[in-house]
This record gives sequence, structure tokens and C-alpha cells, in this order.
Amino acid sequence: MSASITNSSSEILPESREKLTAPDVIPGSEILVRSLLLEGVECIFGYPGGSILNFYDAIYQHGELRHYLSRHEQSAIHAADGYARSTGKVGVCVVTSGPGATNLITGIATAHIDSVPVVIITGNVPLSMIGTDAFQEADIVGMTMPVTKHSFFVRDVNDIARTVREAFYIANTGRKGPVLIDVPKDIAAAKAAFHWPQTVNLRGYHPQREAFKRAQMDALLEAIAASKRPVILAGAGVMHADASAELIQFAECANIPVLTTFLGLGGFPSQHPLWVGMPGMHGSYAANMAIQESDLLISIGARFDDRVTMNVAGFAPCAKVAHIDVDKAEIGKTIVTQLPVVGDIKTVLAYALQSAVRVPTEEWQRTIADWKKTNPLQYDQTEEGLKPQWVIELIHRTTKGNAIITTDVGQHQFWTAQYYPFERPRSLVSSGGMGTMGFGLPSAIGAKIGNPDTLVISINGDGGIQMSSHELAVCAIHDIPLKIVVINNQVLGMVRQLQEFAFDERYSQIDLSGSPDFVKLAEAYGVKGLRASNKAEAEQAWQEALDTEGPVLVEFVVPKLENVYPIVPAGKPLNEMILGDDE
Amino acid sequence: MMTQLHTVSMLVNDHPGVLQRVATLLNRRGFNIDSITVGASEEPGLSRMVIVTPGDDRILHQVVNQVEKLVDVVSIEILSEKPMVARELALIKVEAEPMRRSEIIALAETFRATIADVSSNALVVQIVGDTDKIVAMIELLQPYGIIETCRTGITAIARGKSVAKAP
Repeated sequence: MSASITNSSSEILPESREKLTAPDVIPGSEILVRSLLLEGVECIFGYPGGSILNFYDAIYQHGELRHYLSRHEQSAIHAADGYARSTGKVGVCVVTSGPGATNLITGIATAHIDSVPVVIITGNVPLSMIGTDAFQEADIVGMTMPVTKHSFFVRDVNDIARTVREAFYIANTGRKGPVLIDVPKDIAAAKAAFHWPQTVNLRGYHPQREAFKRAQMDALLEAIAASKRPVILAGAGVMHADASAELIQFAECANIPVLTTFLGLGGFPSQHPLWVGMPGMHGSYAANMAIQESDLLISIGARFDDRVTMNVAGFAPCAKVAHIDVDKAEIGKTIVTQLPVVGDIKTVLAYALQSAVRVPTEEWQRTIADWKKTNPLQYDQTEEGLKPQWVIELIHRTTKGNAIITTDVGQHQFWTAQYYPFERPRSLVSSGGMGTMGFGLPSAIGAKIGNPDTLVISINGDGGIQMSSHELAVCAIHDIPLKIVVINNQVLGMVRQLQEFAFDERYSQIDLSGSPDFVKLAEAYGVKGLRASNKAEAEQAWQEALDTEGPVLVEFVVPKLENVYPIVPAGKPLNEMILGDDE
Repeated sequence: MMTQLHTVSMLVNDHPGVLQRVATLLNRRGFNIDSITVGASEEPGLSRMVIVTPGDDRILHQVVNQVEKLVDVVSIEILSEKPMVARELALIKVEAEPMRRSEIIALAETFRATIADVSSNALVVQIVGDTDKIVAMIELLQPYGIIETCRTGITAIARGKSVAKAP
């Protein structure tokens, strides 16, 4: 079975296409570069080294492919990931063999678990030396098998162009994910006539074969019509399928309240009257109660992550469960599902819109509105000091939600989810499944390069920023105008909070004393640094950051002991939330 | 639902590392494998892999859905849902002083097993059959002193004309 491809990032002019596809006899490295250009790649993130030298020589001669030199390979793949999440295009990362390749593993796992389309090119030692424990040899294909959607080891220069074509196709269709191409040095050096395949032929991969069964959606529509308290749980799959508009139409048409998972934030606008909130471990009271009380829970591109379900046995006890997903293997994986719909969300919802009927959910919506009113998201504003939640609200107020926000991992990540209402798809870039610290800054670099006309703000903690602060060099050298926020509470806050709740305040190894002066650190890289410790300073520093043209780092010094609320303790069902310090 | 053994047959690309991909996936997802066999199929470039896995129906469908996602897996079929022929080959090396040889050979013949090798004080019994038959043969040979047992694991095929076809 063959398929034509339409996942190219940007349009290529016919004359350059003609030049690029000419059947010249060229080295494998140049075949790689031409193939990337033909896939519409405009920029790549990477780090050179011995086994990938031929490729770096080829991009030296081929000016069109912009390359961003990270300061650590892990940051290169996070940047490619941030580019992909924020644009929907395939992110590309190129590194050398051995440690260059193994440094990517965390980033590959991060992209894999969140279904992000990334293509990774790794150099390797010459084919004749594979398996000899050569200098900087690593079996990266073997090591990354569990965290890639697919991988290729190229044994013949004649296979390079086809492999690149297949890699992009696999990465950005069906359930998306990272694809790795490992190229031995002698294969990159060998010459062959360039041939760009028009189609992809993969007998074992048919993302469109699962044209959805209408009967499945018809059954779901019947269940919707019969339901009294339906809710939609929308996940990142809505974004991946580019189906936000269809979701809004469907929810409005059927009159169903909508919850968005953490990675689903922005897929349904937070200002919409049908939006309830984010459920889960740090979800809102109303969102968690809506799941627990609903009689029909419709997951759309959400995979019932354990941070959403918490106690599985006590999850949505009154509900029939429906699940619309492009990946058949997700259905019934953790939650017994009575109404499965396997297919592309955009196609399925477009079909559903033709016959969806309005459900009289007014009473159910009033119940939800009451929950929202009686237990809103809140924090103590009477206390001294600068509250991190207030800082997030400040960022939202001053940008009117028109920014792309990337976060690192920890308390600031969930304060961002709670106090920055996301309105647009792809406006939140964050490591959800893997929870990878060090993601916030490099992913923002990728997001800004992919969205040059949009304000990009990277929100970090004082822990995570130190896992990738070296990327300030990339911001400085390319003048990438990020607004980098460091919420500094001087501890690993999320771990501290867990130790407070589950380990009787035995605070073990969470003290970040000895952290650098972040303002001076930024300045050392040539990036403007600002600091604020109270509301007045915060307003002023933040405004100055927004008014500054280039990159700026703003440190907000906040109290140590602030907690993320609500919190559902481990092992408890969603309705057993702790709402604040008084409980 | 009861835990039982399921037999799954798949066609996979005959590429290096494909067995590793399948085994890594099953291991990562916590699925058990009783046996896994790989060999050439009727089509050049494709191998046939047969897995025997224990679990209830839910686990079985999880296994199938996850394995099906591998790009190198061209097709997959649950053989044990329908009539199938499942066979295993075993080579069993038994202590056999000359005076006991004919007794062991007679025993093997009742199982339609053959003698693959004879030496001064040992025999290699070769038997083909389903798992029960092989286990029974081993049990019967036990008293003579089994030196070594080699089993291939199950390979299987659907009865009748139906074929586990590649799309």
C-alpha cells in the first residue's frame, strides 16, 4: 500500500525543488541535507562530533538549513520538541554518535510519551567498526527502541533519501512520535545518485487504514442522547489531530461540559462557558467532581494517565466510559471502556456533528457552576511576600493570554496550568508524561524559532532552570527574544510538598542553597537579568521585560512553603481532594 | 475471564532487530511470553513469528494492539481463536547403555518419535507434536536419565485454507 505525503512543513518553490531532486551523484551527507530540505525543514537543532562531521560539512556548504547549536544534546532535542509541539511540524535534531546520541535519550522519551513528532539523526562509527566497541560507539537504535515510534539503521547510502521520507511520514501521522535515523560515518561519506521517492511504501504501517467505524460513533451519539450528566475529557490528541474547532462545535452542538487534561489545555478555550477546568491530582474541585458525578465520560484524545485518574477503581464510578482515539491500543488500557471509537479525532468529530443532538444539560451545568463557585481555585493573598500564583496571574494579565507558554516541571508547572487560562491550541508547551526537568528553556527556544511573531514565555523553577541554563548562550547569540521566568522558592518545591504530605515534613535533599545569582548568571551570558521580591517590583520588572526587545530573564523570589492545591493524595479517588493548608 | 494460553502469529519484515523490537515491547508492557519462534515465511523478505502468551482476553487484545503498532509488523492474527495446528519439536538426549537401547526405541516409536543419534551410551530422541505430547514423552524418558532437552517452542498454523496474509 502506498501513500502520498502532506506533512511537509513549509512550501518549497518549484525551482528549488527541481534543483534539490536532480539525480546528481552526491555524498550521503548531502543526500541527508537535500532530503530534509525536501521535507520542508527550515531549521535543525544539534551538536556536532566526529561521526557526524560529514553532515556538518554538508550544512556548511548548504546555507538554507538553519542550525541552532545547543550547549547540550538534551537541550537540542527539547528545542526540536518545543518547535514541534508549538507548530505541529516535525522537529529535527542532529547529533554525533556515542555520548552525543545517549544524551538524547531523556529527550526522546519526553517526546515519545507525549506523542510529539520529532526526527532524530545520529551519526555512528563506520559500518565496518560497528560492534567492535569503537571510540564513541553506542547502539543507539537498540537503546531507544522502547522510546521511539520507529528507528532506522542505515546500511546503504542508496537508502538514505527513502529512509528520511519514511521517518517524516511515520513521525507525523497516526499517533505521532519520535523516529530515529542512525547513519554510520562511511555511509554518510559514500556517494550515490540522488533519488527522491514520490510515495512511501510501508507494508506494516497504515495510519489511515483505520478509517473509523461509523457504527461506533453512532453508538456513542445514542449514549450521549440518553445521558443526563455527560462530560468530555479532551486531551492532547485534540491538538495533534488539529481538531480544536471541531471539538468546540461538537461540545456546543451537544451542549456538553468540557474538561481539558494538562496537555489538553488550550485545545478548548478556558473562557468558553462550557469549560469546567483541568481534572486530576492538581485539578480543580469542579473538574474532579464533574468526573466523579458524570454518567457518561467521553475521552477525546486523552489516555487516562494515572495523574488524571488517580485511584483507578474509584474513578468516575457512575459513568459509562467512551473513548475516541487514533491509537486502538489506548482504548481499555487502564479504564474499562464501553464505547470505543477508533479513528482520527478531526474526522470522527466532523462526522458526529452531522447528527449530534442537543442534550438538556442545564441542571448538570448548574451543579458544576455551583462547584466552581463554592470551591474555586484560590490561594491565600493576605500573607506577606510575593505569591507564585499571583506572578502567573500577572503574566496572564499583561499578555492577555496571547503568548506561548513553556514550562519546566514542578510546582510552577501546575500553578501555570491553574492560573494562566489557555485559550488557543499549542499555546502551552510542557513535558506532561515524562515530567522532564530542564525542558522549559530549550523548548521555549524551539517554540520561538517556530513562532517568530508570537511572544514566547518560559516559566521555570529554580531547580529546572539549572538543568538547562547553559541555553541562555543560544538566546544571546541568536538574540532569541524569550521572556524567561524563574520562580525561585529556593527549594525543589514539588518534592518538598510531597515530603510534607507523605513523609511528615522530613525534608530530604530539597534545599537548593548554593544556586547562582540568576540575574548575574543571565548577564554573564549577555542576557538581561531582573529580580523582584514583592508585588510592586514584580509589576515593574515584568513590564520592563515585556518592553525589552531581546531575551530577558526575570527572577521572582517567592516563599519556600507554598503548596499546590487542590491535591488528591496518592491512592485516593478524585473526590478526596485536599483543598488548602487548613485541611 | 480466565487466564489461558494464546497463540498469536505475525508476519514481520525480515530486518535485523525485529525480534528485539517485539521482545522489547512485550517486556516493557509487562506481557509474558511462553515461547516465541521465528522463521522464513512463504514470501521472501517476510518472516513468520509465533508467540504463545498467557493472559485473559483483555491482556491478549492489549498484546495484539501494541504489537500491531510496530512498523515492522506487517500483519497479526490470533490463531488460537480458531482451529489451528500447533507443533513443537524436541530433541531429548537420554542415557542408554546398550542393554536399554531397544526399550527406549520402542517407547519412542509409540509416540512416533524418531532416533536422531545413537552413541555407545546415549540416544537422541526427536519428537514432534503439541506441548502435551512432548511433556508426556519427557516424563516417560525421565526414569532412564535425561542428559539434555532442547525444545523449539510452538509454531502454529490455521487449519483449512485460511492464510495469515500480508496486506
